[in-house]
Amino acid sequence: MTHSPVSLAVQAPTVAASSKRQSLFVAVLLIVALAAPFAVYPVFLMKGLCFALFAAAFNLLLGYVGLLSFGHAMFFGWSAYITAHAAKEWGLTPELAILLGTLCAAGLGAVVGWLAIRRQGIYFAMITLALSQLMFFVALQAPFTHGEDGIQGVPRGHLFGLIDLNDTMNMYYFVLAIFLIGVFFLYRVVHSPFGQVLKAIRDNEPRAISLGYQVERYKLVAFVISAGLAGLAGSTKSLVFQLASLADVHWHASGEVVLMTLLGGVGTVLGPTAGAFLVVTIQNYFATAGSWVTIIQGIIFVICVLAFRAGIVGVFAPWLKKRGIDA
Amino acid sequence: MGDDFIVETKNLTKEFKGFVAVSDVNLRVRRHTIHALIGPNGAGKTTCFNLITKFLQPSRGQILLNGRDITKTEPAAIARLGMVRSFQISAVFGHLTALENVRVALQRKQGNSMHFWQSDRSLDSLNERAEQLLADVGMLEYRDTAAGELSYGRKRALEIATTLALEPEMLLLDEPMAGMGSEDVARTAQLIRRVSASRTVLMVEHNLSVVADLSDTITVLKLGKVLAEGPYGEISQNPEVIEAYMGHGVGSHA
Repeated sequence: MTHSPVSLAVQAPTVAASSKRQSLFVAVLLIVALAAPFAVYPVFLMKGLCFALFAAAFNLLLGYVGLLSFGHAMFFGWSAYITAHAAKEWGLTPELAILLGTLCAAGLGAVVGWLAIRRQGIYFAMITLALSQLMFFVALQAPFTHGEDGIQGVPRGHLFGLIDLNDTMNMYYFVLAIFLIGVFFLYRVVHSPFGQVLKAIRDNEPRAISLGYQVERYKLVAFVISAGLAGLAGSTKSLVFQLASLADVHWHASGEVVLMTLLGGVGTVLGPTAGAFLVVTIQNYFATAGSWVTIIQGIIFVICVLAFRAGIVGVFAPWLKKRGIDA
Repeated sequence: MGDDFIVETKNLTKEFKGFVAVSDVNLRVRRHTIHALIGPNGAGKTTCFNLITKFLQPSRGQILLNGRDITKTEPAAIARLGMVRSFQISAVFGHLTALENVRVALQRKQGNSMHFWQSDRSLDSLNERAEQLLADVGMLEYRDTAAGELSYGRKRALEIATTLALEPEMLLLDEPMAGMGSEDVARTAQLIRRVSASRTVLMVEHNLSVVADLSDTITVLKLGKVLAEGPYGEISQNPEVIEAYMGHGVGSHA
């Protein structure tokens, strides 16, 4: 072996410079998020943020464990029901109602995950779909969900009994804070010792087993985290729109979150957010087009898949990475 | 010291819907030796591997590791008992860097692999050891390269480094030289010899000159049965073995 040391074509930025750029990148995004409601309709932004968190939670499974769940709407939609019911009927404060919805979603995730993770690939997707259909019919039939009407007129209440969330700006910053906490938490999970094992399982499951990892335990924990955060997103959305309805437990919502994640860039931290805002924008912008919305969505999806296979953020991620920014 | 044999199989049998892939195999792997499993295609070598490492459940028979019955043990637990396998197709974690690949193996013993709330910087303390393992297989310069982008031979080298990170007592290498150029073969053979000093190696290998060179004991399988067993000199003179290989390879090396 007569290898001379290979000089890398692209000089990797030094660690210090890289983390500085990363901080700058995050700071810019943060300023945009803080200033956005002064330029854009806040309810639209809140909707986008809720779906972005939902997609980010979903992406933990698809992007970092390689599991395609086709039933994530059950966590999103059911936590919305729980939160709406708790806030409206029991008079819980918003933070407690959201916490309850999130915990219920995580609990449901533990049961569903325990049943589903024994299977792989398409079988995993089918089991999650079947269980979410089951939960859809429970939502349709259970009295407290009010069937087709959903739970309407959910009070937003006062955060910690102090901050009035009926004020749109207060509500926006509350939603933004939840989104940021959720995404930061996901970032931490992905970049943790646990996240390393998840990525190893995604890349080569038999090898991870042969190294002594009980992969099912890791998958289950990831599933519960993902379900819980999907629930956090659903709970928050029910307070934003003061409504919990069947639309959020429907398999359409499960499909939409797949679409958002793939459009934005699976396996990137920011991809699902970009994808969620794109889909929500299409829906709002073309709302007058009626049933054409789905057709337009479909065409955009096809174009995206053909043009940038790695998703919007996925295309830019390598370029950013060379400059020391982890998207 | 106790048992002389680290791995023993007793009447190991695996049937797939009427087809017997492995039939009554009694294998005994002596501690601190290199033991090779050879045989024509379809002889059941890889199935044997999958059975011993519990990736397949045997239909009949018993497997002992250090005298302990592991016939019903889970595959992930096998690694924790000190027996680690490699795969025929190079098994690396493609999106992780070479360093991260080795670190994944190292981190399990650190006991924080479930800690999803902790920064992965807590793994940096393992970097030094990981670098050392990479250097051992001549891979240090590819430390930060994604494993998926490495050449085939380097993937195999990385795989060996990852396996060694677990400090296994017993290594099972499934065709470690498959698809390698002659330069890589020589280097890998040297590496296997080096690591076997303090460990036991059981390997499936088609490259007979490598087998002849490295192995202390060779077991020849044919159609799921043990055809012959012994050192290379003895095996290569066995008329049945020569016939099984139809005169190819065996006997042409000395």
